Amino acid sequence: MNELDVLKQLELKTERARLRLLDVIYNSKTGHTGGDLSSLNILATLYFNILNVNPKNKEKKDRDRFILSKGHSIEALYSILEACGFISSEQLNTYGSFNTLLTGHPSHKVPGIEISGGSLGHGLSIGVGMAIGGKLYKLKFRTFVLMGDGELGEGSIYEAAMAASHYKLDHLVAIVDRNGLQISNSTEKVMGLEPLKDRWESLGWDVKESNGDNTSELLKTLKSIDYENHKPTLIIAKTTKGYGVSFMENQLSWHHGVPTEAQYIQAKKEISEKIQKLENTITQ
Amino acid sequence: MSQFHIPCRQSFTDTILELAKKDKEIIIVTSDAAGTVTLNKFAKELPSQIIDVGIAEQNAIGVAAGIASVGKKVFVCGPACFYTSRSLEQIKVDIAYSGINVKIIGVNAGVSYGAFGATHHCLHDIATLRTFPGIQIISPSDAIQAKKITEILPDHKNPVYVRMGRNSVPKIYSENNISFEIGKANTLIEGTDITIIGTGETVYHCLQAANLLKKEGISARVIDMHTLKPSDEQAVLKAARETGKIVTVEEHSVYGGLGAIVSEIVVQNYPVPTRILGIPDENVINAKPSEIFAYYKIDAQGIYQEVLDFLQNISNSEK
Repeated sequence: MNELDVLKQLELKTERARLRLLDVIYNSKTGHTGGDLSSLNILATLYFNILNVNPKNKEKKDRDRFILSKGHSIEALYSILEACGFISSEQLNTYGSFNTLLTGHPSHKVPGIEISGGSLGHGLSIGVGMAIGGKLYKLKFRTFVLMGDGELGEGSIYEAAMAASHYKLDHLVAIVDRNGLQISNSTEKVMGLEPLKDRWESLGWDVKESNGDNTSELLKTLKSIDYENHKPTLIIAKTTKGYGVSFMENQLSWHHGVPTEAQYIQAKKEISEKIQKLENTITQ
Repeated sequence: MSQFHIPCRQSFTDTILELAKKDKEIIIVTSDAAGTVTLNKFAKELPSQIIDVGIAEQNAIGVAAGIASVGKKVFVCGPACFYTSRSLEQIKVDIAYSGINVKIIGVNAGVSYGAFGATHHCLHDIATLRTFPGIQIISPSDAIQAKKITEILPDHKNPVYVRMGRNSVPKIYSENNISFEIGKANTLIEGTDITIIGTGETVYHCLQAANLLKKEGISARVIDMHTLKPSDEQAVLKAARETGKIVTVEEHSVYGGLGAIVSEIVVQNYPVPTRILGIPDENVINAKPSEIFAYYKIDAQGIYQEVLDFLQNISNSEK
């Protein structure tokens, strides 16, 4: 496959996962739709093209680690774990049902999930620990932590950020899903984060900005990470909350809104059209 | 028995240093608290096995969980008061909920810090941590027991919180006369009239009180409840059946700690009169630890008086 086809395949898989996560939310009548949709592209790009993880060898000592610190975007992660073969379709269909394995935030009991979470501001510390663990064992694995931008209000993150640069954890990558909205308002109205890049650079991080909605650009950014510069990397992935469904984009109400039947049909139609278009353009 | 020994934390650090020299999988995580924990020698001799995250207890727990998840045997060590309140949620989520095998060594617990004040007192930790599924809680009563516990912990496959005091404590056990099993309380004195159950540094005072009671012709059983979770239900029920009255003694709030544990067991299975001695619902008086023990009647003399009063009350109510 040429580079363009690789990209198209990646986009196609992402859109199929997008359709799936909406299915899951619609059927279970629960979920954090807006943040799922802004995180999906990041998760898909990581799992389909970057992370060295394998459902057939989940305990491999030198596997890359991924932590969904913004644990509420779990439906997006589940749809990707299904696509990668960590969980089955039957398992994913149990989401929201009585005594399901699949909780509404990450649980380490789900194959492919490293550690339980859901309370904001925990993931980066654990990522620091994993990266230190990797160094102690002289293993070359990388640790990726996905945080929400609203999550950056949690003070514990800055404890972790300082430790990461202090210990020169260049195999640690934090990604911020910078969709600009949190549950009650825009991040800048609730608790301003800007100048975000400058702040993290001053903490000793190598900061990159990327268009998180654009697979090609995000992939390029992820591939440009320097793992030998003695600095942790932060990627500010500029995204759109509710991305991929026109009427959900940039709408606060979709933070944990669940679509009605009519909205679900409309959303499915939009995504299916995109999928159709992608299938038509793929050469093979 | 009255000879003073070394603090439990010192016993822990001396032991873990020797173990870590042989077992490179042992890693200490601390938060600018190496001196507080008495880990300076460890830091000097095994610098590659200690990670200091600075004054950041929340981060310390998360980092410890992360390192442990990769496979190391991690001990996160620092003042109990901060680790069990500021980073309580990290213990709940990153360790207990995630089932990550980290050992939390909380030093200077209870009123060890004396007149430092309420910020430094740790009188809530048993009550809070015992509600987190999966965490075990141990409170050694002397340095010998602390050593024994430390020897078990590196290969023990369960998250554990160990609660230790700051100061030197008298010997209760001896090197060649110590049995320790997690979840199995030690009966130190057999008795038939009443049972006194202590944990941590109060155990010594329970023993002393039992000696005073003996002079009054009262036969008091003394139990060292070193493991608060899982607690030894059998030892408690046996005491309830055989002595009919129980007094608990703890360097902890009277809410939710040893007294509550024992009461929950007794009241649901074999109700007997029970009195809980500990710190009442107030900010602790400013004083030295020994003065605080005396003020709240959790020292030998106080326990002795409380037991007499308790027995008198029972006797009056039976008339």
